[in-house]
Amino acid sequence: MSRGRVGVVIFPGSNCDQDVLWALEELGFEAVRVWHGSMRLSGLDALVLPGGFSYGDYLRAGAIARFSPVMQAVTAWAEKGLPILGICNGFQILCEAGVLPGALLPNVSRHFQCEPVHVRVENVSTPFTRGIPAGRVLRLPIAHAQGRYFAPPEVLAALERNGQVVFRYTSAAGERAAAANPNGSLNDIAGICNPAGNVVGLMPHPERAVHRSLGGEDGRLIFLSLAEVLATVM
Amino acid sequence: MTRVVHTQAGVAGDSGAPARTGLQTEAPWRRQGLTDAEYARIVELLGRHPNELELGMFAVLWSEHCGYKHSKRALRRFPTRGPQVLVGPGENAGVVDIGESFAVAFRMESHNHPCAIEPYQGAATGVGGIIRDILAMGARPVALLDSLRFGPPSEPRSAHIARGVVEGIAGYGNCVGVPTVGGEIAFDPAYAGNPLCNVLCVGLIEKERLTRAAATGVGNVCILVGQHTGRDGIHGATFASVELDAESESRRPSVQVGDPFMEKLLIEACLEIVERGLAVGIQDLGAAGLTSSLAETAGRGGTGVDVEVEAVPQRETGMTPYEVMLSESQERMLVIARPENVPAIKEICYRWGLNAAVVGRVTGDGLFTVRWHGQIVGQVPVRLLTEETPVYDPEAKEPAYLAVTRQAAAVPAVAAGVAAAPAVAAPATLTGEPEDSVKASPRELLLRLLASPTVASKAWAYRRYDHQVQTRTAILPGAGDAALLVLRETGMRKGIALATDGNGRLCYLDPRRGGRLAVAEAARNVACVGARPIAITNCLNFGNPEDPEIFWQFKEAIEGMSEAAEALGTPVTGGNVSFYNESERGAIFPTPVVGMLGVTDRPDLCRGMAPGRTGQRLLLLGAVEGPERPDEVWAGSELQALLSGAGPQGVPADVDLALEKRLQDTLLKLYEAGVVEAAHDVSEGGLAVAVAEMLIAAAEAMSLAGAGNPSLGADVTLPGDPRLSPLTHAFGEWPSRVIVAVDPGEAEARAVALLEASGLPWIRLGEITGRALLTFRLPSNSGSQASPGEMPGETEWFSVSLDEAWKAYSREPFGREE
Repeated sequence: MSRGRVGVVIFPGSNCDQDVLWALEELGFEAVRVWHGSMRLSGLDALVLPGGFSYGDYLRAGAIARFSPVMQAVTAWAEKGLPILGICNGFQILCEAGVLPGALLPNVSRHFQCEPVHVRVENVSTPFTRGIPAGRVLRLPIAHAQGRYFAPPEVLAALERNGQVVFRYTSAAGERAAAANPNGSLNDIAGICNPAGNVVGLMPHPERAVHRSLGGEDGRLIFLSLAEVLATVM
Repeated sequence: MTRVVHTQAGVAGDSGAPARTGLQTEAPWRRQGLTDAEYARIVELLGRHPNELELGMFAVLWSEHCGYKHSKRALRRFPTRGPQVLVGPGENAGVVDIGESFAVAFRMESHNHPCAIEPYQGAATGVGGIIRDILAMGARPVALLDSLRFGPPSEPRSAHIARGVVEGIAGYGNCVGVPTVGGEIAFDPAYAGNPLCNVLCVGLIEKERLTRAAATGVGNVCILVGQHTGRDGIHGATFASVELDAESESRRPSVQVGDPFMEKLLIEACLEIVERGLAVGIQDLGAAGLTSSLAETAGRGGTGVDVEVEAVPQRETGMTPYEVMLSESQERMLVIARPENVPAIKEICYRWGLNAAVVGRVTGDGLFTVRWHGQIVGQVPVRLLTEETPVYDPEAKEPAYLAVTRQAAAVPAVAAGVAAAPAVAAPATLTGEPEDSVKASPRELLLRLLASPTVASKAWAYRRYDHQVQTRTAILPGAGDAALLVLRETGMRKGIALATDGNGRLCYLDPRRGGRLAVAEAARNVACVGARPIAITNCLNFGNPEDPEIFWQFKEAIEGMSEAAEALGTPVTGGNVSFYNESERGAIFPTPVVGMLGVTDRPDLCRGMAPGRTGQRLLLLGAVEGPERPDEVWAGSELQALLSGAGPQGVPADVDLALEKRLQDTLLKLYEAGVVEAAHDVSEGGLAVAVAEMLIAAAEAMSLAGAGNPSLGADVTLPGDPRLSPLTHAFGEWPSRVIVAVDPGEAEARAVALLEASGLPWIRLGEITGRALLTFRLPSNSGSQASPGEMPGETEWFSVSLDEAWKAYSREPFGREE
């Protein structure tokens, strides 16, 4: 019995799509590819926008992909309150499309960074964190050149006020520290959600952490949360 | 023989080697890199003078880069057969059977000259080019490794090149979605004028999907897929076949510009075409563009091709047939297909946003025909381009410098002082060149070795590479001697390991030994993570082959590599030759780089180099005793490089291939028994550096896991071979040594039983402690060799805090970028 039917959107230049498909399938979901040219999303329980370099990240990460036909459907889905997860480039696209607030700027190091980080789960009411104890620290890999979360002060304040910060970079012990923030994100933000909480974007890659031998298993918790949510809905 | 008649220069000489006059240097074939004799041969074969386009076609296909004219004969020495080899040399990549209906395609290629001129794009297009070679076999590119050599990082130009190359690899590899999982970086003044950038790509394919790059079936069509063709990179292959000089800078337009996004689309479209069985053959467009791509596919198919220049999608207007046929615009592939499959192929390409244009057809006449606006503008028998390439047997002569470097008197610049050092001496006195004698304690030497750019952490490079995309990477860069990929396609049951190795200093001092050492170390690296080495690809980087001393190095290195490949059962499946690696600063060290593929059925038992916990035992396996001639341990060593400004001296220690084979087999037996917790090869910097690297890897792993400050150390007693000084044991370099960590108790007992049964020399080296300190002891009975399994009595020699060692090791080679 499938844990739910999840669509993985493929933009030209997406390169973590197969990884997300594998992770979902191994965790018992039915995972299907959704082409960026699709105008309709039917028969799906949730949607993942995977990482990669959509349109080569030319101009700006996510800046071109947001004009893909599928993004109209994604926006409509978001408004309907259906679960959407944007990972890395997927997060960047959701911000560019205005589905999530703020922007992802070049890392303070000005380089691509590939390394494991720790994030503390700050909001456990989203479909992707509901099964995780509040304050739990996850170890997940990052791989990005533009991951520095930025938003104007009033937007940032609203995010904090509404509990829209879902993941925050911390030490392994869950403490905030400059050294634990890999890219200079404001307020150590690693992931956020929309006000309704159904759309979540994060820079780390949970799909790269679903096997003990491949960088740990903490990423499973994010997908398994979705499974729990879908199970109660269905 | 047809005389060369040269209209501008009057009459050429008799033998195709005309007197050198100013006018004749303007001869068009010379400008394109062909010799007078070669031109004469072309005229003879054609029975007429070639026109400009035809001359260009000959020039690129007869260049060293495409034609292997100086190397072809010498390369025949390589052992290339084995039951595991599905495709050997001569195709776009070697293909090896790994079981479970899967095969691995892999190949390495150099992009040295472009990187010297334009580091970022040179490296980026190097990555793009080798990925397309793998794609041409129908395989999905799943991993990249880079073997890089630069001048000293303290020299601004070398630092600029090193940074640019690393950024270029990152920029292209990250975007195209192929993880960069390993490789090596070394620095030496020998590469200051001519850096090396060798990229290895690995592809995974279901055996039945294996595709050949052959144009077969008369009437089939040639479809050009991908990027529009522009004027970029015309004569890149020719550029690769000459030495770098002051004018190289002006060849910058010969360096192409890469578009990794386009490449990603190309990968997906081509794999879909292969998956659906729509292609008869696939070939990449690399050096010499359409010309070589069409000629090679037709050559392999035993057919001809008829190509329509104006059918080629062009980026600029007014391009001549010459420009179109020789352009090296990147991100293009040639698909040979039956005419009825054209619509399906076009549909796939358009869906991925790519051009797909039928540019020609396969013919049965064996001719390469180029048409432009209905007229034939060039026509050459394919055979002349691919099979009549001149093959030379260049003169080989032992280099004069060897008489100097071999002299024992020159060797122990370092060793003399070292050997004289008393058993327990701090500080020991090391004499470098007479005027620069060095006083250093062993503690300082260890720290300096760890901080040497060649030994030190390469995190500054690999952290910029996405090494995890495609989620197969189980042993990450820096964590082990080889990269390990677990293949999810096989239900995680199969793993492949990859390593590159090649030490230019050792090859310089003795190319044959250097060749053997490179193969042995690459195989050992793969075995160190628990995989069985099964096949080789390589990249042979040398100077000008027309110099007999260089060609001698080349032949000797091939001989050495072949001997080791035979002894270890790892056939050579292909590779690349890069000659003319010279600049005003002279030729590079002869640098054959070996790419080794290993395979395992128990990836769950594979390990990196980091010991996991207190109490684990460290065992030293293999060539526990040093070489017959103790001074060999310094020849080309890292310590020699550190202390002597005179360059490599001496003769490096040779590898005993039978012992090496037994070492690797035994190590793999230990892995199968599940008792190995960590393993590390003793290499640059010797035993003390190897121990430090293992503990630093442990500290790094704990730090990444968020476990805070390092909490493990090691307490090690150096072997007691009385012929060798303590410093030799600590820092001397000789092959066939591996340090293994095992859990105490039952695992240790099983390991010991296996070792005793193997007949392999081994000793207990020490154990992992709970203090972040590296302690090195000397056996108190320094005169006699401790028997295996018995811990000798010991005196502390020196200690280094792990924190200090880690700090030294983590030092970045160049300061912060402006």
